[in-house]
Amino acid sequence: MDFNDSAEEATFRIEAAAWLNANAPSEADLDGLTDMQKAKLWQKRKSDAGWACVRWPQEYGGRGANAIEQVILNQEEAKIAAPNVGVFSIGQGMAAPTLQTWATEEQKKRYLPKLASGEEIWCQLFSEPAGGSDLAALRTKAEKDGDDWIINGQKIWTSGAQYSDFGIIVLRTDPNLPKHQGLSYFFLDMKSPGIEIKPIKQMSGASGFNEVYFTDVRVSDAQRLGEVGQGWQVALTTLMNERASIGGGGGAAGFKTAMDLANRINIDDKPAIEDKHVRAQLANWYVQESGLKFTGYRSMTALSKGEIPGPENSIGKLVGAPKSQDLASFAMDLMEQAGIVLDPDGDEMANLFQGTYMSIPGLRIAGGTDEIMANIIAERVLGLPQDVRVDKGIPFTDVPTSN
Amino acid sequence: MNFEFSEEQNLLREQARGFLQDNCSMKVVRAALEGDEPFNRDLWKKVAEMGWTSTVIPEEYDGLGLSYLELSVIADELGRAVAPLPFSSSVYLATEALIAYGTKTQKETWLPKLASGEAIGTFALGETQGQTTPKNLTTTGGSSVSGTKLPVADGDIADFAVVVTRTDEGDGANLCIVDLNQTGVVREVISTLDPSRSHAKITFNNADAQVMGEEGQGWAATQNIFNRAAILFAWEQTGGSDAALIMAKEYALGRFAFGRSIASYQAIKHKLANMYVKNTLARSNCYYGAWALDTTADELPIAAATTRVAGIQAYYFASKENIQTHGGMGFTWEFDCQFHYRRAKLLSVNIGSESQWQDKLITAVQQQNVA
Repeated sequence: MDFNDSAEEATFRIEAAAWLNANAPSEADLDGLTDMQKAKLWQKRKSDAGWACVRWPQEYGGRGANAIEQVILNQEEAKIAAPNVGVFSIGQGMAAPTLQTWATEEQKKRYLPKLASGEEIWCQLFSEPAGGSDLAALRTKAEKDGDDWIINGQKIWTSGAQYSDFGIIVLRTDPNLPKHQGLSYFFLDMKSPGIEIKPIKQMSGASGFNEVYFTDVRVSDAQRLGEVGQGWQVALTTLMNERASIGGGGGAAGFKTAMDLANRINIDDKPAIEDKHVRAQLANWYVQESGLKFTGYRSMTALSKGEIPGPENSIGKLVGAPKSQDLASFAMDLMEQAGIVLDPDGDEMANLFQGTYMSIPGLRIAGGTDEIMANIIAERVLGLPQDVRVDKGIPFTDVPTSN
Repeated sequence: MNFEFSEEQNLLREQARGFLQDNCSMKVVRAALEGDEPFNRDLWKKVAEMGWTSTVIPEEYDGLGLSYLELSVIADELGRAVAPLPFSSSVYLATEALIAYGTKTQKETWLPKLASGEAIGTFALGETQGQTTPKNLTTTGGSSVSGTKLPVADGDIADFAVVVTRTDEGDGANLCIVDLNQTGVVREVISTLDPSRSHAKITFNNADAQVMGEEGQGWAATQNIFNRAAILFAWEQTGGSDAALIMAKEYALGRFAFGRSIASYQAIKHKLANMYVKNTLARSNCYYGAWALDTTADELPIAAATTRVAGIQAYYFASKENIQTHGGMGFTWEFDCQFHYRRAKLLSVNIGSESQWQDKLITAVQQQNVA
């Protein structure tokens, strides 16, 4: 038992680190560019040298690397000061695996390399006002018209819709069939006439998501992935990859920041870190973070042996998000009244805790709510039966829905 | 990344689990709980014959000289089985104290007998309600020990005890090894919350003893021994937590209410999922602890406290929610849920409770930050 790379992994790590260090964009390279331009520059540079989407086959823009090599590359990239390439993550992490499984060879050759190079950005159009945790309850419909389908309805919680070139979308193609059977899966051009994108203002004031409205939007039948009525199965390919893409709250407040705060804030005129209650709280968060870290190492070991980590990975978000929320809340309490004073140019730590407090409620919902994650663990890991489904086997049009 | 047990270690796990399923069923635990025998002598003999008591004892003292990874595997399985054995007292505490602080003669006297299971050792610290500290220790001595220890796990059956005392002069503490079969030692069996493990009140009246390690440095030695034992205790707790989860799951699947298995209700599913999450975090922390123990890493105090806190919390949660999942029957004497609930509490107070270890964890992190 150790934390060491195998010989092959060590060689890959050295090669990756050498390339990253030699090719990370300099300040001069990035001078005057927008965040999007910086991301595109860095992604293209990686792609040109074969260091983008390394797990994909070479003919689609990757280098045929294995899962552990992807992890090693991510670790090495995290060590250098490179532009944030998060704008590509939905396309590369969710759309691409779906295309690889369900698209025609011609489509794969057309779309995957540009996904890898960051020249084209994709978004995911799944959630709807009436379909969140019960995603298959979505209502946006597609009706056949010659070789096209005509889309009408509304999607919600679409990250990056405003700058995306393409989107993957699940649509109801037959409302008279039971819920899951009446769905089909497509990809479409986000610049198609009839698409209207409206940003959602979150409770934090930020806008990371959009509502997307469809009015008589045409999509070619050739852009259907899977058979008509097979949309749910195709969507599962995407969703399995979504859980791998949404992490445990990157950039959120953690043990270390709370410990730093406890060292500089006083309780009863003594450093808060000397307070037993504070120490017990901090210890619990340390234990949780440590447990997640070493659970991650166990998953990496499985990857290293060529095994596929199972749904037990769901615990990352399920533990990490509420932990950050509680920790941020506790930290703001330590600051007492000053904890609620907002000053973007002021104390960085206060900003971090406040930002975490206001953003984590979203993370506890995105990509499967805490409750859905617990269901996944109960059903797929522990093998407990599914809940009774009252909508099973009856036409979608007869299923009671929210107002 | 190779953060996993080896094939041989996993094979050992399979053997251990199979052996305990055959020889340490819940019926055996119940017999220990309900019976008059302080522990299962027959099982102890078999366990010793398989070499479990000699796992990490060096070969020169008739041990197997294996690593703490093998001992971790055994601890995990013993915890799963709620084994009615003095294993933690004798192996994780007394044997470890001798290996770390015993003189050559002390080692030669006891280690071969500990390895063969012929001798049982224990560790005596607690004296009264509340935390024992160097300041409130009333048992005193070095070469001659006087005072009372209560409760001493497996103290009625042990052949010797490692006793923490206050030095006769000054504020230091000593770690003393005391043969319990001598006139200066009076033992009285006491009842505790977990009768599957026997306990004693031990009174020392100028009992012959020898100091282990440096005179006056017994408190630091105790902390070091506890840090190492904490990881092995946590493996037992994690094994027990898993067993409690499996017990709850199997009952829930077979119990029907309102026309369906209660395992299909989200209230129960989420309860079991929460148990699984806590168990997984505890187990992953145990891996970290096992690694730190095996490599004597500098971060051992952090790993020990982390592992210990996770183990205490996971076993308490799993054992109480297992009872809850069973409903009224879980609260009966007839059902086995009580075994885990009792053992969870025994293991959580035996070498310092949760709040002590939370505090130690932050102290260890502070020390690491300074270093």
